Amino acid sequence: MAALTDLTLAGLTAAMAKKEASAVDVVDAHLRKLDEHRALNAFITETPDKARAMARASDERRARGETGLLEGVPLAIKDLFCTEGVRTTAASHILEGFVPPYESTVTSNLWKAGAVMVGKTNLDEFAMGSSNMTSHFGGVENPWKRRGDNRKLVPGGSSGGSAAAVAAYMVPGSTGTDTGGSIRQPASFCGVVGLKPTYGRCSRWGVVAFASSLDQPGPFARTVEDAAILLQGMAGHDPKDSTSAPLPVPDFAAAARHPDIKGMKVGIPKEYRVDGTAPEIVALWDKGIDMMRAAGAGIVEISLPHTKYALPAYYIVAPAECSSNLARYDGVRYGLRVPGKDLIEMYQNTRAAGFGKEVRRRVMIGTYVLSAGYYDAYYKKAQQVRALIARDFKEAFRKCDVLLTPTAPTAAFAAGEKMDDPVTMYLNDMFTIPASMAGLPGISVPVGLDKDGLPLGLQLIGRAFDEETMLKAAAALEHAAAFKGRAAGF
Amino acid sequence: MSLDKETVARIARLARLKVPDEELEPLAGELSGILAWIEQLNEVDTANVAPLASVSDVTLPMREDKVTDGGIAEKVLANAPGGAVYIDPTDKHAGGFFTVPKVVE
Repeated sequence: MAALTDLTLAGLTAAMAKKEASAVDVVDAHLRKLDEHRALNAFITETPDKARAMARASDERRARGETGLLEGVPLAIKDLFCTEGVRTTAASHILEGFVPPYESTVTSNLWKAGAVMVGKTNLDEFAMGSSNMTSHFGGVENPWKRRGDNRKLVPGGSSGGSAAAVAAYMVPGSTGTDTGGSIRQPASFCGVVGLKPTYGRCSRWGVVAFASSLDQPGPFARTVEDAAILLQGMAGHDPKDSTSAPLPVPDFAAAARHPDIKGMKVGIPKEYRVDGTAPEIVALWDKGIDMMRAAGAGIVEISLPHTKYALPAYYIVAPAECSSNLARYDGVRYGLRVPGKDLIEMYQNTRAAGFGKEVRRRVMIGTYVLSAGYYDAYYKKAQQVRALIARDFKEAFRKCDVLLTPTAPTAAFAAGEKMDDPVTMYLNDMFTIPASMAGLPGISVPVGLDKDGLPLGLQLIGRAFDEETMLKAAAALEHAAAFKGRAAGF
Repeated sequence: MSLDKETVARIARLARLKVPDEELEPLAGELSGILAWIEQLNEVDTANVAPLASVSDVTLPMREDKVTDGGIAEKVLANAPGGAVYIDPTDKHAGGFFTVPKVVE
């Protein structure tokens, strides 16, 4: 039998069902990988004792004949999900010492399904970033390197640790959150599958808030089927999140297992052919289009006229919501407190010391665009543009069932590159942000390697609450691409 | 829109962020750069377009007005910076306080 850490999530579940391995065997094998690859800095907190205890409990359940969907499966959790009794940092200094007295709904769902937590993964501070370089706990190293070049590359962000952990075979799956591309872009950079569900599919309760009208939890895995299984374990209506959709959870895994796309209409948005995209990515996109056609899909060119405005509109909406959400970090009830001569100065000192540079920048932009006299010019304007972006997609989906686009304009870049100008960094999310603004589901599937040997992904975007069609298309793309890439040494 | 030092100082005050004087100028440059890039939105005709505040179609759900939680004073206070002060240290359910600097003379 293959090494336990080489198995997919579905493969592990099957091996445990056949009693070829216990949950304790499985978790021990993965914990050894965490030891081996600690230098990647993928985890902020490792929880080996908790993991072994959860695995033993899983084995006991199995002995009693009780097996959940994710029984005994080791998972890594982005350190933005509150986990009861386990410190949660959001990769920020301001949450110093914070140990949540409650569990997020998504992680509760995972534990109820039998999953085992091995640790909390690194991320950009408060999920604000596309490189994982804004973490208070240091950047994450991408397991992949350019051929013949030893420079460390970023894993993307913000869910960089979760993507790297899956790419390094430390876990078969992990959770992330996606506000403007924070699952899909790192998935592309690390050569794994990353899925952002429809806004409202997974509960946001207990997830540290960044931009509440955009934030959405989702899975990382090495196959489309595994991502579908994980999503099934995470999703579901939650009365504690007022924007959680009161809909039943479909059998996502079944959709991923049936990649028949004959007659499916795949839309190609012409506005996504923009300058600045690496030529290899454009070539890969064309290859992806051919693959979908060869699998029996019809290809339709469509138009999303407001595409170029999605990014600037996002950089009003997201900072505005972030400045409101982050107002709670005042040094009074939890986290860091830096004393001052009075209450106001305590707030100012605490927030200046607790927030990193990018977070401070976004809080200030958000405060400005919401301030008296500027609200209509910025925030209202951005919301109007957002309405037009959503309308573009609605129109497009009259002509097609799913969209195919690149995930990111480049492959992974080196740590330190693109750091000089914030706007250059923001452009990384140009292909993922439009779907986020419209609340639509998206998935990044690894499709090929560039000339330097780095993985590249393509993105599929689905209709709202139609992840099943998107998963079918993603499975078909995965099958045709037959991506077998694996980072050297992992 | 180009921001000057004074505007940045005002925003910092509104956001309750202490920004040292020497950082105001570079920050003004950075924020102005971002705002200038954002201003391409003015090219979009948004007359008669209703602003989209949420993509979720569901209307906010109502729930019965009854207590569903409580009696967890110790959990609520567990993360208090510098520690919480309890009314009765022998009975933490009785409740307690977060501490803050004195705000009245």
